[in-house]
Amino acid sequence: MKKKKRLIWVADIVGVILTLLIFILPFYFMLVNSLKSKQEAGLLTINWPAELHFENYKEVFSYSNYQLVTAFKNSLILTFFTVLGLLITCAMAGYVIQRRNDRAMRIVQWVIMLGLMIPATILPTINLLQQLHIYKTMFGMVMVEIALQTPFTIMLFRGFMASIPRELEEAARIDGCSPFQVFFRIINPLLKPIRATVIILTAVTTFNDFTNPLYFLPGAENTTVQLTLYNYKGQFSSSYNLLFADIILITIPMLILFIFFNKKIVDGMVAGSVKG
Amino acid sequence: MKSKNRDNKLYSFWFVVPSLVIFSVFFLYPIITSLYYSMTVWNFDSATFCGLDNYKMFFSENSLSSSIVHTLIYAFLTSGLKVIIAFFLAVFLCSKIRTKGFIRSAVFFPNLVSTMAVGLTFSYLMHPTKGVFNLALQALGFSPINFLGDMNLALYSVIATDVWKGLSISVVIYIAGVQSIDKTYYEAASIDGANAWQQLKSITLPLVAPSQNSIIILSLIGGLRTFDLIWAMTGGGPGFATDVMASVIYKQYAYGFYGLSTAGNVIMLVLISCIAFPLQHFLMKREEAIQ
Repeated sequence: MKKKKRLIWVADIVGVILTLLIFILPFYFMLVNSLKSKQEAGLLTINWPAELHFENYKEVFSYSNYQLVTAFKNSLILTFFTVLGLLITCAMAGYVIQRRNDRAMRIVQWVIMLGLMIPATILPTINLLQQLHIYKTMFGMVMVEIALQTPFTIMLFRGFMASIPRELEEAARIDGCSPFQVFFRIINPLLKPIRATVIILTAVTTFNDFTNPLYFLPGAENTTVQLTLYNYKGQFSSSYNLLFADIILITIPMLILFIFFNKKIVDGMVAGSVKG
Repeated sequence: MKSKNRDNKLYSFWFVVPSLVIFSVFFLYPIITSLYYSMTVWNFDSATFCGLDNYKMFFSENSLSSSIVHTLIYAFLTSGLKVIIAFFLAVFLCSKIRTKGFIRSAVFFPNLVSTMAVGLTFSYLMHPTKGVFNLALQALGFSPINFLGDMNLALYSVIATDVWKGLSISVVIYIAGVQSIDKTYYEAASIDGANAWQQLKSITLPLVAPSQNSIIILSLIGGLRTFDLIWAMTGGGPGFATDVMASVIYKQYAYGFYGLSTAGNVIMLVLISCIAFPLQHFLMKREEAIQ
């Protein structure tokens, strides 16, 4: 027994040291370099800054006519409307797909679930957006984000819906509610737990998305935070301190989310992957 | 029959329409038109049909066709490494150690950080002369390695970064699987004198098969689609040593070869379908066989 206890101690210590080295060190590296002077950051070491330069953050915000402020605004707008759209459309779709088990619904489900595997075709999508005159607009970008995340979101809602008893809807129906009233008054309030999961997962995905804004939302006034990071890589090739300040600024919202919703995020990822 | 009718009224088809319309217009329709555009010389305004020329070009140009090989190496290696490393990490995190909360959080967090941020940070950690990794290697008496500049090594450096970032999902899925195993199996096994390794091999491993299947499928599809990390770390270089299908699609778009880019997109789509659907079928069969 004593030997076993000692073994656990060793495992604890080794585990923590390896975790610090492998998983924490890169974040520490980002942080210290974001606070260094230009020359010191150029050395790319993990040493503590000789002098703390908090003004790096101010500088990266004001760079190029406050481009980063625009980028944060765009990213937040994109994330907000994508999440909102997904919440409304996918909750409704997941509800009926789970409740109705007929041929039409099985086909709908099969078609939508294709989207979990098959990648989007990019240039034909750009072409379509141009024909609809919504290329390089926030509306077009939101529509593409919603379309791409619909399969996963429907899957989450459908999985949760199975745990809600049908009797509730039958009772409401007998009391004279229309199908839409049944959904919005009876079912929708019960979806709160899964809605929280969906909000967090889709918000993180959309906020962190680099590829789709790169293709579908080009232009300086449309830039998102992930695109600024990519652009600054070239422009700040001699001032890494500013680049790392940008990296930290983009990482902090995720850290806050993680601290508050750790369990929700992890549960959501497990639910989303295992049921697929 | 009557009940079905009532169902159709209560669960109106209209509920599905918004999702279905958005998904069909912005996802399915472009896929269908891509089949045509991939056989054209195209600049968005006009498309001239050219048969299979784009496909022939894609397979005959080494800089393009090698991206298929890179994509396959990338997907299978990241997926395989995640399946193996995450399994042991999950078992470790389900043991009686006290710091598992901290370790689990630390392993999980990279998953929420944008791929761009992770890619850029690691490309500086891997800097050929002043990077932290090389300083550490030199301190230990090894000669420095050009992680991202060496043609033969660059792809594997990006793969290692991908595993670092993406490990967490696999770990949490495994943990959920391990925790759902009935404890009495282990008790019975210890009474019969099975040691820890035997228990791991004969109880844990077969019983996490459903979790494992999800991990394989998820990480493989993710790997086949990879773009941001490659783009952040190497941009497909040196030369085209780390070009994957998604980066070739972007490059050909940037060069203005829209038809060729779309052909690459169709090839990628077919490749993923040809791997993912049979694999899922096979894994489901295997899962049924175990149970």
